[in-house]
Amino acid sequence: MESTEQPRNISGSMQSPRSPSSHPYLSVSVTDPVKLGNGVQAYISYRVITKTNLPEYQGPEKIVIRRYSDFVWLRDRLFEKYKGIFIPPLPEKSAVEKFRFSAEFIEMRRAALDIFVNRIALHPELQQSEDLRTFLQADEETMDRFRFQETSIFKKPADLMQMFRDVQSKVSDAVLGKEKPVEETTADYEKLKHYIFELENHLTEAQKHAYRLVKRHRELGQSLLDFGKAVKLLGACEGEPTGKAFSDLGTKSELLSIKLQKEAQQVLMNFEEPLKDYVRYVQSIKATIAERGTAFKQHCELSETTKLKEINLDKLMLTRSAKVGEAEIEYREIKAESEEATRRFERIVKRMEDEIVRFQEQKTEEMGVAFHQFAKGQARLANSVADAWRSLLPKLEASYSV
Amino acid sequence: MMGSENDEESHLHSSKEDMEKLFLREDGDPLTKSNVNGDKSNSNYRSAMSTLFDSRHPSIVVTPADSDPLFAPPSYYSESRSPRSKPNGGDRVSSYLEPPSYADVIFSPFDDISEINGSEDGHSQSSDSLSRSPSSLSSDYIKITVSNPQKEQEATNSMIPGGSTYITYQITTRTNLSDYGGSEFSVRRRFRDIVTLADRLAESYRGFCIPPRPDKSVVESQVMQKQEFVEQRRVALEKYLRRLVAHPVIRNSDELKVFLQAQGKLPLATSTDVASRMLDGAVKLPKQLFGEGGGASSVEVVQPGRGGRDFLRMFKELRQSVSNDWGGSKPPVVEEDKEFLEKKEKMYDLEQQIINASQQAESLVKAQQDMGETMGELGLAFIKLTKFENEEAVFNSQRARANDMKNLATSAVKASRFYRELNSQTVKHLDTLHDYLGLMMAVQGAFADRSSALLTVQTLLSELSSLEARAEKLEVASSKVFGGDKSRIKKIEELKETIKVTEDSKNVAIREYEQIKENNWSEVERLDRERRADFLNMMKGFVANQVGYAEKIANVWTKVAEETRQYDRESS
Repeated sequence: MESTEQPRNISGSMQSPRSPSSHPYLSVSVTDPVKLGNGVQAYISYRVITKTNLPEYQGPEKIVIRRYSDFVWLRDRLFEKYKGIFIPPLPEKSAVEKFRFSAEFIEMRRAALDIFVNRIALHPELQQSEDLRTFLQADEETMDRFRFQETSIFKKPADLMQMFRDVQSKVSDAVLGKEKPVEETTADYEKLKHYIFELENHLTEAQKHAYRLVKRHRELGQSLLDFGKAVKLLGACEGEPTGKAFSDLGTKSELLSIKLQKEAQQVLMNFEEPLKDYVRYVQSIKATIAERGTAFKQHCELSETTKLKEINLDKLMLTRSAKVGEAEIEYREIKAESEEATRRFERIVKRMEDEIVRFQEQKTEEMGVAFHQFAKGQARLANSVADAWRSLLPKLEASYSV
Repeated sequence: MMGSENDEESHLHSSKEDMEKLFLREDGDPLTKSNVNGDKSNSNYRSAMSTLFDSRHPSIVVTPADSDPLFAPPSYYSESRSPRSKPNGGDRVSSYLEPPSYADVIFSPFDDISEINGSEDGHSQSSDSLSRSPSSLSSDYIKITVSNPQKEQEATNSMIPGGSTYITYQITTRTNLSDYGGSEFSVRRRFRDIVTLADRLAESYRGFCIPPRPDKSVVESQVMQKQEFVEQRRVALEKYLRRLVAHPVIRNSDELKVFLQAQGKLPLATSTDVASRMLDGAVKLPKQLFGEGGGASSVEVVQPGRGGRDFLRMFKELRQSVSNDWGGSKPPVVEEDKEFLEKKEKMYDLEQQIINASQQAESLVKAQQDMGETMGELGLAFIKLTKFENEEAVFNSQRARANDMKNLATSAVKASRFYRELNSQTVKHLDTLHDYLGLMMAVQGAFADRSSALLTVQTLLSELSSLEARAEKLEVASSKVFGGDKSRIKKIEELKETIKVTEDSKNVAIREYEQIKENNWSEVERLDRERRADFLNMMKGFVANQVGYAEKIANVWTKVAEETRQYDRESS
């Protein structure tokens, strides 16, 4: 079932709220990560706070408790129902066991989940989704039930039909001897696909180096710490004035080590994470591209089948066969399905057109912010380094003889 | 701005260097040759050093890269124009780079290449003796260069061709000291000659802190590439000889003069065989100890019993040291000098801390190196992204993003270069720590000389007392025989001869021991003084260097922050 409601201009928590109650708003925050459970089954739960004046919602404010797999549920539902839209990506599921409950990891995940929900709340179509409302408002038991259904092995009837049809079309392809791949080949779409796939490669490389850069900050911090300590010990062996000089040098070195560790964390959160998010977004687009491919294939095949049925029907009509009635019913059914498939495909195409524009603008903004913060952080760090060392110069100039 | 990039599409393929140059050319930067050595990950600063010194990479010459169009023509002192340190009136405190001495030391191109190859260069002060306290005799001048390694054949008498080969090095001395025969001269020496020189000096200058010579390192010579090994050795030899002439006493030694001047085969004896030394007559006796006199036999006795020939002597000293250790008999001369023992222990502690600091310095250098490399790689990745977005741009938002990325990328590349420059300077400064390791070994050597001299004295004292005891016994026995015991009396006379010689030797040994003690003391004083000054200089250089480059890097990033001002979402 597809949603085709009219988008409203709803503002969310990512934009500053304009005038109060009259203007529709929906703002969500993901907060307060808490570790629940024990041992292997331990997990993190989050408080999801919704503030809204929309009539579809149960009130001005609602707080629910959600866990990671609930977010996954929401994403999967949206992916199913809003084909053609680039569903915002989720942070990775599995993490190395050691880090899964580290404060930094939890905070990064919380921030990413917050961004995820807010992107949905800001999206003109997605924000109207019933599943979003469920996610934001249902009590925990209901949510658990929903989530369980989704992951169960019992597929919905609609899915089974789809699977059947897929097999059918494959068989007919083989029988009819046409193995040609059914793909869109318009120049623009080809360009887009190529762009997306290449972009992922480039971004992944950039993200890799960004991550290494974080490590380098940490390593430099560590070596400054060790150097500072060693130099202090050396100073303790030396008489004055060298001893004092070494001691001061060591102290500064240790101080800078702390600044470097801090900056490492900043670079991780404000630079590397946005890059990773960018990569995930591109992967989400790839998934949409795959969906479009499937929809296109269906549309093509059903068109073909419809034509064949039509030809068959005409033949039967000409021969005044008794099977005409049956064939006519089949023909109408297939025709309806084909038209539906075509509509679905075209909706995806239209959506993607809008989405691409949105995506590019969003990414320019988000990357701009990331670059700005990175540059500010690096400048701040470099200035701290300069200041710290500079303070030693007067005494060193005087060879510590004062 | 975007258009010109499309023109360069065809050039912007794989090569990192090309990409870098291309982008900087566009910004109006001078086309700087950069050490884009990102592929080599140097694991420690020793190899960082060798990379920096590596004559295969002439591109290491880096001129300050921040000749941004925003600033006036490129200048070493561009920091003074940065917002942080605007010179206002007489305010010279804001940027400590203004005193020319720092800027020269820090920001002069690291141009050691010419020096490595042995030619004259104007930075004689800055490279090897960067952190060294200036020599007290500033008008005297002696400079040594080692160059031109060549393979030579061992001369053999056999008819069979292909004798063993060895490498010789050209050793060039430039000096204005009057002791030397000229102002510039060269000789060819092989490594074996260095060993000989070192051995001779060790004998002649007991108690002094003699800089340790380069290792023989047989294993390394098998493992390393020949060329690399030879180069490493050349550098080590040069350092060693320079240290020798830096030593105020050793620089005047005959052995050194002979080594530096005598053409052809090195006329210094290769072994400690005293007999052949005497026969050679080529080496003067150590003046410091004896003046011109001294009986031959006393000299013979007093030299440390290290040579392979004097087994008896070695045996006696060994016996003595054993008895010293077991404390069975209290040795007649005990190292009572508490001050010495304390000093020795202090020196040991100091050595440990220098080792530790030197190791941490290596880690620091590596970390700085890595930071620079990764920053550079990040920059290049973004340059690729920029190019890609521009090529494929359908929307203006893409072009805007590409522009933002370009700013980030160029700054990252610039910052990367600054990190690497910073590092090459850091290496020079912190190398002082490593140098002092060698000197600490020299101190150990000096202390060891003292101990062995003391052992000699103790041995002789025991010897003397046992001889005297024997003599007395004989006399007693002989006096009991009426009319004299001819054989015993003869023995007594012989014994008395030996006692006299031993007595003389003992006196010589004591004199030598006292002299060595004095040498120790003055050397340690001198070393302490020099070391303190050197360490202070090292710190000064290191710190000034850090300040300078941190400022440059800050400027680079401040610029990007400015350019992306529109994305500032913080309500400051």
